[in-house]
Amino acid sequence: MNRPQPLLAIDELHVTLPFKGQPRTVIQRVDLTVPAGSAVGLVGESGSGKSMTARAVLRLLPGGARTGGKILFDGADVTTMSPAALRKLRIHDVAMIFQDPRAHINPVRTIGDFLTEALVTTRGVRPRAAEATVTALLREVGIADAARRLRQRPSELSGGLLQRVMIAAALAAEPRLLLADEPTTALDVTTQAEVMAIIDEARAERGLAMLFITHDLALAAAVCDRIAVMYAGSVVEELPADRLHDGARHPYTRALLASRPAPGSGGSLRAIPGRPLPAYETGPGCAFGTRCSQAQEVCGAERPLPRSGGGGTTACHFPVDPLVPQATTGAGDRSTTHG
Amino acid sequence: MSSYQIASLGRGLIRSSRLRSFVRGHGVLAAAGAVVAVVVLASVCAPLIAPYDPNAVDVMAVSQGRSAAHWLGTDDTGRDILSRLLYGARLSLLAPAAVVLIAGVLSSALAVSAAWLGGWWDRTVSALLDVVFGFPGLVLAVVAAAVFGAGLTVAVVALSVAYLPYIGRVVRNAALRECQLPYVSALRMLGMSGWRICLRHVVPNLLPIALVQVTMSFGYALLDVAAFSFIGLGTQPPTAEWGLMVANGTSGILAGRPEQSLYAGVAIVVFVIACNLIGNGLSTRLQGETR
Repeated sequence: MNRPQPLLAIDELHVTLPFKGQPRTVIQRVDLTVPAGSAVGLVGESGSGKSMTARAVLRLLPGGARTGGKILFDGADVTTMSPAALRKLRIHDVAMIFQDPRAHINPVRTIGDFLTEALVTTRGVRPRAAEATVTALLREVGIADAARRLRQRPSELSGGLLQRVMIAAALAAEPRLLLADEPTTALDVTTQAEVMAIIDEARAERGLAMLFITHDLALAAAVCDRIAVMYAGSVVEELPADRLHDGARHPYTRALLASRPAPGSGGSLRAIPGRPLPAYETGPGCAFGTRCSQAQEVCGAERPLPRSGGGGTTACHFPVDPLVPQATTGAGDRSTTHG
Repeated sequence: MSSYQIASLGRGLIRSSRLRSFVRGHGVLAAAGAVVAVVVLASVCAPLIAPYDPNAVDVMAVSQGRSAAHWLGTDDTGRDILSRLLYGARLSLLAPAAVVLIAGVLSSALAVSAAWLGGWWDRTVSALLDVVFGFPGLVLAVVAAAVFGAGLTVAVVALSVAYLPYIGRVVRNAALRECQLPYVSALRMLGMSGWRICLRHVVPNLLPIALVQVTMSFGYALLDVAAFSFIGLGTQPPTAEWGLMVANGTSGILAGRPEQSLYAGVAIVVFVIACNLIGNGLSTRLQGETR
């Protein structure tokens, strides 16, 4: 890679939260880079630490949380940033879209208030100009009667509309990085597709980088340039999105892919035995070791470190061979994201 | 009776009782509100509707019963009781209003800042509220009167302090919950200042809860102010005030003329009950809304 410095570089991130006075590990080890303008999908089961990772990027963790490692945004370490620098980061550089827009918008204020307040108070835009800006943004995210919507309250809007409002709010900040925390999970399928298209378009137009959190492997592969798979608070595999289906080398990724229903083939799904572990329940060995079909003695004793190979990195003692050798697909150029 | 009949009868009962309780719930709220509105209006318009000067002594008409000239009779110096009740409502309502207003604003500020900042400030505020909670309002006011002298201002300040925990503890709990809500962290992610989030977002959401507490406390504060005047430490004669009127009338009770104490007492009781009913009604409606 010839990029000197990625926009976001998370380096051996480790997070503990206090639980009954004792620190509890919720993020074991996350290594992740998001180059400027590109999209990285963070995939994993519920509780694997995806959202916590995104929140750590904005240093918005619950009280008492302790972080280790580095989170470099444009070269500056978020974990040690001064409050003023942190505010600047939140105002100008990074915006977040949430899974449940209804819970993330103050119910007693109007949509117009919600959208313009940050612009007016943190960026010094005049109220008139702010209203014009957000009206244009609402049109861009597909809300036609913007003027009327601005005067309504969140309770008067549907979930899909509210998520568009949320996207408009994120875009209003003119950020360089978008953190999208399962933005379509709470929406119905048709709305999901629309919202995803809106995000994609806005991103392409602005050259926005995105950290896209989801548990939908297919969606992540379609939208993102690279995919990082999380399990029990660690990134276990990182690889180009177009190689997800045939190039995955971690047994967990392979098991996830295999557990999805294939169109046309009936029969039962191939579930992964056992249950997903939270980071604090894992032993000294590989977090996935207890559920892995190819685990050996060393897997229970020694935690595997991420090793690069096959265009990505895999944290596994015995990575599986890719289904298709890399040479035949490595040069393939993808055009799903910006097409 | 067929099962169908029983079922429809049951359904009818449920429906009618639900309807009745709805009407009754709102009827009580409306009635209590009307009482408060009438009393407040009467006290404001006292100069227009009171038949006499509240402090005008008439030696020719001392300790009279009800008559056409004096609807509620006169006291032992011949002052018209109705006029004194109307004028007395002003101080009797204004003083507790000041108490709950000061206590409400101050305790809400403490509570929200404690919930937002947490840590040692939260511990300090909570401890302070707990300590003050241990003192009955009247005792605190009596101590204040012993130090600073008698008078209504001293009472108002002392009671304001005493009422801090009644509003502050409830608001703090609500604020703790509110600050945990996702929209608050979303606002922080937008880079907004804590001041702005608290004042423009958290406080408006807490306002209904604070309002219920203020309304409930108002009745008790009125009772405390009246009691303070009753024991002679608050309003000083000849000013008209309900608590003082009850005290003035006590000598008449033994002489068979309980009117002054009775009317002033009834005014206090009715108003306090009205306040409590409004507070209850509001809190029920509030719960109905949040559930």
